[in-house]
Amino acid sequence: MKIVTAIIKPFKLDEVRDALTAIGVHGLTVTEVKGYGRQKGHTEIYRGAEYAVSFLPKLKIEVAVTSELVDKTIDTITATARTGQIGDGKIFVAPIERAVRIRTGEKDEDAL
Amino acid sequence: MSLRPPRGISKASTVTGASILAQCVFLAASPALAAGNAPVPNPGDTAWLLTSSALVLMMSIPGLALFYGGLVRAKNMASILTQVFTIVALVGVLWTLYGYSLAFGDGGSLNAYIGGLGKAFLRGVGPDATAPTFTPGHVIPELAYFVFQMTFAMITPALIIGAFAERMKFSAVFVFITAWVTLIYFPIAHWVWAVADPNVIVDAATELAAAATDEAKKLSQDKIDAATSSVGWIAGGLAPWMKGVGALDFAGGTVVHINAGIAGLVGALIVGKRIGYGKEALPPHSLTMSMIGASLLWVGWFGFNAGSNLEANGTTALAFVNTMVATAGAALSWLLVEWAVKGKPSLLGLISGAVAGLVAVTPASGYAGPIGSLALGFIVSPICLFFVSKVKNTLGYDDALDVFGVHCVGGITGALATGILVNPALGGVGITDYSNIGENFAGKYELIPQMIAQGTAVGATLLYSGIGSAILYKVVDLTIGLRPAPDQEREGLDITDHGERAYNL
Repeated sequence: MKIVTAIIKPFKLDEVRDALTAIGVHGLTVTEVKGYGRQKGHTEIYRGAEYAVSFLPKLKIEVAVTSELVDKTIDTITATARTGQIGDGKIFVAPIERAVRIRTGEKDEDAL
Repeated sequence: MSLRPPRGISKASTVTGASILAQCVFLAASPALAAGNAPVPNPGDTAWLLTSSALVLMMSIPGLALFYGGLVRAKNMASILTQVFTIVALVGVLWTLYGYSLAFGDGGSLNAYIGGLGKAFLRGVGPDATAPTFTPGHVIPELAYFVFQMTFAMITPALIIGAFAERMKFSAVFVFITAWVTLIYFPIAHWVWAVADPNVIVDAATELAAAATDEAKKLSQDKIDAATSSVGWIAGGLAPWMKGVGALDFAGGTVVHINAGIAGLVGALIVGKRIGYGKEALPPHSLTMSMIGASLLWVGWFGFNAGSNLEANGTTALAFVNTMVATAGAALSWLLVEWAVKGKPSLLGLISGAVAGLVAVTPASGYAGPIGSLALGFIVSPICLFFVSKVKNTLGYDDALDVFGVHCVGGITGALATGILVNPALGGVGITDYSNIGENFAGKYELIPQMIAQGTAVGATLLYSGIGSAILYKVVDLTIGLRPAPDQEREGLDITDHGERAYNL
């Protein structure tokens, strides 16, 4: 089992969700986050006061998948979230030690 | 609210034999001039003045509260809204108890500087009491005048809080504003707006014209002199160097905007900068709220300016139109200048320009012509933009919501421009002299004396309000303290002052 964490552009969420559902991913978690990478920020000017906004709004999606599905998940997110512009985001993959479905008590891959 | 030409009468150049004849008929028919037959309020005037009072209230709440509130960070939103609403309520009480009396009562021997306490607790101000307007033979219910003026006293101190927004304790604001309206606002309103009753002057001038003996003439002239000198010192030009030429301030450029603007600047300097000013980003939390607020200010300002004519007539329409065109010009001008200088046309610039235009046209609204007002609108925005971006950043003071840069600077621009734009040669309405009944009350406009009067009004307001406010801030600082603890300021005044949040999303 792996957890795939992807930082994506907010307007790409629906596309990514639809594509993941199509390959058999049954759930994901979304969080509104702010951060910076190579895109850096932009400046905002209010009555002559300039502010450098260095943290841009992004979405973080977290998907727990079986090990077999990891590569397909990564490929799907990469394909759908890409615009080719700087600031498209990143994907991180980490192992999951255990998983439990709270309602039934099912464990590990059964719980995904 | 100071002297201006009565209805249907403007320039000396339009006077003809026929119009003098018509004027004589008008005078003869004028109820004020028939002995023992007091004029009664006109229903249209009364309705308009009461409507205007409600419009000016709407400028403060929610107009100004939202305009200011949107410009602070979300953690101080409830603080701004509470401060503005509290000031409206507080001044409403003080105005009724003694404020109206101090501003518009008779101050006896001190009348040049302050009204007395004769009308405290509204003594003698019942439904049948009347107040003069600017047209001889016309009056309005004094209670309507009282409540109209009350709304001005409410909004002026509320303007100040923008300068020290996000960093002054609510208790300090409460105490400071109580002292400020009492010791600064009420006297200045009296200086500028305590004017002579035109009915008295016209009656005396009529007597003078009919007087056969030198003794009778002297008696009538004394009545005129007494009426024209029993006024606020700025309104009547009583300072020696003013030589009797009073300053023109139709709806409150000096009394409201310069007054509040300088008090705000002094407050921002004394209380100090916000934590993080110049280091952290302190952007507006909702330009949407600010846009709604600015729009409500614009609508409400028709009550402020056109209502200041006290009657519903042609000059009211003039003030209304001037308010419209100056504001449109100023909003556009700020947008275009910022677009050219900073590269983007901004919403905040657009609404800031609208407010700057409203401020600038306030003293000129009943005196200037529409084209003069349009020019004033176009000129004021670049001046204010220069102050809020360049001057503020260079000097490094933290006038959080630009009360000085927009209201004081815009007010000074408008007050000085009024002295120029009132000139009939520039489309203005000219000066009024109620004792000149033979020539339709036409006064003599002279640029230099008028500018001396305007400059005196500006300077006196800056000095009295600036120094007076500094003393009051210091007294509050030494007694209960102006500033919250740094931790409280960081957490936001919504929680630390009021125990609630503006938004629970």
